[in-house]
Amino acid sequence: MNGRGESGPVPVFSVRGLTKVYRTGEVEVHALAGLDLDLVAGEMVVLLGPSGSGKSTLLNILGGLDRPTSGTVRFRGQELDALDEQGLTAFRRRHVGFVFQFYNLIPSLTARENVALVTEISADPMTAEAALDLVGLAGRMDHFPAQLSGGEQQRVAIARAIAKRPEVLLCDEPTGALDSKTGIRVLEALTAVNLELGTTTAVITHNAAIKDIADRVILFADGRISETRVNARRLAPSEVSW
Amino acid sequence: MSTLDKKLLRDLVHMWAQALAIALVMAAGVSTLVLAVGAYRSLEETRAAYYERHAFADVFATLTRAPRHLADEIAAIPGVATLETRIARSALVDVTGFRQPLTGQAISLPDHRELRLNRLYLRKGRLPEPGATSEVVVNEAFALAHGLELGDDIAAILNGRKRSLRIVGVALSPEFIYAIGPGDLMPDDRRFVVMWMSEKALAAIFDLEGAFNSVALKLADPASEARVIERLDALIRRYGGAGSYGREDHISHAFLDAELKQLYALARVIPPIFLFVSAFLINMTLSRLIELEREQIGLLKALGYARGTIAAHYVKLVLLVSLVGILIGVALGTWFGLGLTRLYAEFFHFPFLIFERDADVYLAAAAISAGAAVAGGLKAVLQALRLPPAVAMQPPAPPSYRRLLTERLGLLSSLSQLTRISLRHIVRWPLRAAFTVVGLALAASLMIVSLFSLDSVEHMIDVSFSLAQRQDATLNLSVLQDKRVLDAVADLPGVMRVEPYRSVWVRLRNGHLERKLTINGKPAEPTLARVVDTRLRPTPLPPTGLMVDEHVAEILSLRRGDMVEVEILGGWRGAERQDGTARRGAIEVPVTDIVQSYFGLTAYMQIDALNALLDDGPVVSGVHFSYDPAAEDALFQAIKSTPAVASIAMLRLSLAKFRETLAKNIDMMVSIYVGLAMVVAMGVVYNSARIQLSEQARELASLRVLGFTEAEVSRVLLVELTILVLLAQPLGWLLGYLFSWITIQGFSSDLYRAPFVIHEATYARASLVVMVSAAVSALAVRRRIGRFDLVSVLKTRD
Repeated sequence: MNGRGESGPVPVFSVRGLTKVYRTGEVEVHALAGLDLDLVAGEMVVLLGPSGSGKSTLLNILGGLDRPTSGTVRFRGQELDALDEQGLTAFRRRHVGFVFQFYNLIPSLTARENVALVTEISADPMTAEAALDLVGLAGRMDHFPAQLSGGEQQRVAIARAIAKRPEVLLCDEPTGALDSKTGIRVLEALTAVNLELGTTTAVITHNAAIKDIADRVILFADGRISETRVNARRLAPSEVSW
Repeated sequence: MSTLDKKLLRDLVHMWAQALAIALVMAAGVSTLVLAVGAYRSLEETRAAYYERHAFADVFATLTRAPRHLADEIAAIPGVATLETRIARSALVDVTGFRQPLTGQAISLPDHRELRLNRLYLRKGRLPEPGATSEVVVNEAFALAHGLELGDDIAAILNGRKRSLRIVGVALSPEFIYAIGPGDLMPDDRRFVVMWMSEKALAAIFDLEGAFNSVALKLADPASEARVIERLDALIRRYGGAGSYGREDHISHAFLDAELKQLYALARVIPPIFLFVSAFLINMTLSRLIELEREQIGLLKALGYARGTIAAHYVKLVLLVSLVGILIGVALGTWFGLGLTRLYAEFFHFPFLIFERDADVYLAAAAISAGAAVAGGLKAVLQALRLPPAVAMQPPAPPSYRRLLTERLGLLSSLSQLTRISLRHIVRWPLRAAFTVVGLALAASLMIVSLFSLDSVEHMIDVSFSLAQRQDATLNLSVLQDKRVLDAVADLPGVMRVEPYRSVWVRLRNGHLERKLTINGKPAEPTLARVVDTRLRPTPLPPTGLMVDEHVAEILSLRRGDMVEVEILGGWRGAERQDGTARRGAIEVPVTDIVQSYFGLTAYMQIDALNALLDDGPVVSGVHFSYDPAAEDALFQAIKSTPAVASIAMLRLSLAKFRETLAKNIDMMVSIYVGLAMVVAMGVVYNSARIQLSEQARELASLRVLGFTEAEVSRVLLVELTILVLLAQPLGWLLGYLFSWITIQGFSSDLYRAPFVIHEATYARASLVVMVSAAVSALAVRRRIGRFDLVSVLKTRD
């Protein structure tokens, strides 16, 4: 699609030999066990796999929210682990948008203000209104999170993530807490952003039905990639159901 | 306004109850400092200005009679800047409609010039006409106490003759700020009057024409006091001088000083304790409150906010809460401070008041409070900021609980699962539990430190008036009399028991340490004015030697068996006879025992031994007696017309007055402190409970989902809180004891020492306040458990 693929794709992220070990109390968890991956500009990938297979850990490391135990992650050639705290903050601020399973909106701010929270510290953001319009929430801008449905809250989160025109959008179970109908509206918003802004998008999900809307599907098991599939054709979110 | 600032304001509105509780704790700390230091400085400043504007003298002396030319010799003493000579005599006074006899002090006013020293503040009326023997200016406190107006008459026995005196003026004097009658322990405005009369008139009345019997000096340089006193003593000795003294031995000044010192102790010790306790509590509370914000901090970080920006955001939150606290504290402190200053000013009869509002106190209080708050908040923010955002945004990993030791031993096997949850919470977070316990204990300790002074004073009264001073009244004779006067007093109507005393003004010296005080001569086994030993048992007086109280022993570094040098300054026949046979050398006397006394500087000796020491024969200075209240009227009537009586002290009435004054002064201070301590207790307990609720909300909601009732779930929280509250009590008592001990150290003065006593009831009261606060807070928090939205609590988490 969009001429990507055969004409030498530009890797946005290049991951090599990534491992991550968590210690909680006496338990040692190998969340990632030597993982290699490239993400190219503008593509939408779906990361699929059971709980604990390492998807979220990978996403957190890609987004600069966490650091690997070993291995390297390069963003456009820049090694992330070489960045200090300030560097990582700047990286997130400039290049990355996040969408979390539980929305993580600030309850004391309205939809518009939650988005403004990000546009205020970005170099070339779209307006909060435009971002909310893009996810179909033009009419609910002055509502507080508690006044919005789960799907609406998640779309506010997406608007917040994309308002700064990030190069990558990292979504951790964006539909995990939503029913099918609402989930599809959220996926439509993500697809729209991916297609209209060309934002490289990675979506984590448990939900196998979602895989068809992606360019590529990466399957995880035990902290490693077990399989990679390329979809010949991306389905529109309205064409999938679960 | 930035979005982050909007969040700030809304967060603040959302947590208003907790923010207010914290702000009030802070306000309590700030206001105690502001009020106590403010009141102290205002009074200090007012006194200084009063002394300055009204030329309060530096050195005073009384003598029997000196020719006027002696004044020139005194004025010539190097270091004397200004001199005032006058006639001063005490007298019994009778006010129509007032049954009890009262004591007056007649003082002369120059007839054709202004007073040079101790100038009057004439509140109303005028000064007496030169030579008018029946015109008088009285002190305002006395006029107010009796409702006397200009033109009213009082009667006084002056030089053995009862005279009617018309009040022509009402005045205040820097010499009688603390207007206290001879022999009285506390001022009683009804029973002590200062009567300023024309010098010519008094001279005629007392046969002192061309002479004076009292002198006041202003020094050019305060440092020269000791030298001037020495020269002055040498000059007046021939004229019956009873030893001159500086301001520190001037009764009004000394009492005022002791009072201010006590106020200073209250300002120096209690407010810092309040301030630091509140600072500690705020620090702890904000730190825990912001720990709860850990997920939002993680999110802000994930969104790309820099650490500094996030930290600043929370610091702003803390500063806003602090600002509210400081503003309330400053307003409250200033208000209380003004009230307290007015109260004291009224008590001291200052003609005007200077309110001191020094920026430094406000700044110190604000800086300490806000600093502690910011430090507490920042500690938690930085902790959250250290976590990678991915970790911060997750709820903290489930803490690893363990079975309690007692459980492993099978001791608590009968406990329900819910009770175990409570117990394991405490054990799992021992530090957090400890903080709550310390917070509650500090709240209790503030109550104790606020209340204990009442116990101490009550004990002081009990010992001084039930155990030691059991006489109803004391007659002070104008001149030493043979002890046959006892029979005369015993014959007065209603008098049941009489006991002589002899007082002699001396200087005690041990090596380089010395102090002027009065030696009290008493019978071997006094039954009215008794002496009590350090274990508070009445003790007889040994046939020879001197007993001194603990305070004197400390000042002079004396121990039982030491020899002390006694130099007689006044009050013995040698002085009165003016025959020049005055003893100059000092006498060495052994200290036979150290005894207890909470008032004044006391030294006791058997009266016969004292008389023998002075070679005076069997004489007395006055008589203590008890009387039958039924015969009071006849007794008072008889005393009022007894010319030989210089003054009368009514101990029982003094005591009533003393309690009344205490009720006014200490109670107000104590009430303020107790109120603030209660605020602190409420604030701490409420915040502890609220934070506990937030920390355990998910867990408690899960229990509700599992089918536990609201009451059962609340129990988890309440059992934990109850255990912590109970654990806090013994620690609170201990801290209260310590703080009180520190406070009492500042109370001691030469005039009175408060014993260190804390009654069990005070501990109980402190605990009761904390427990009631805890119960109220717990109920408020329990209501929130009822309002849990179970679905949303569980849904927003994995």
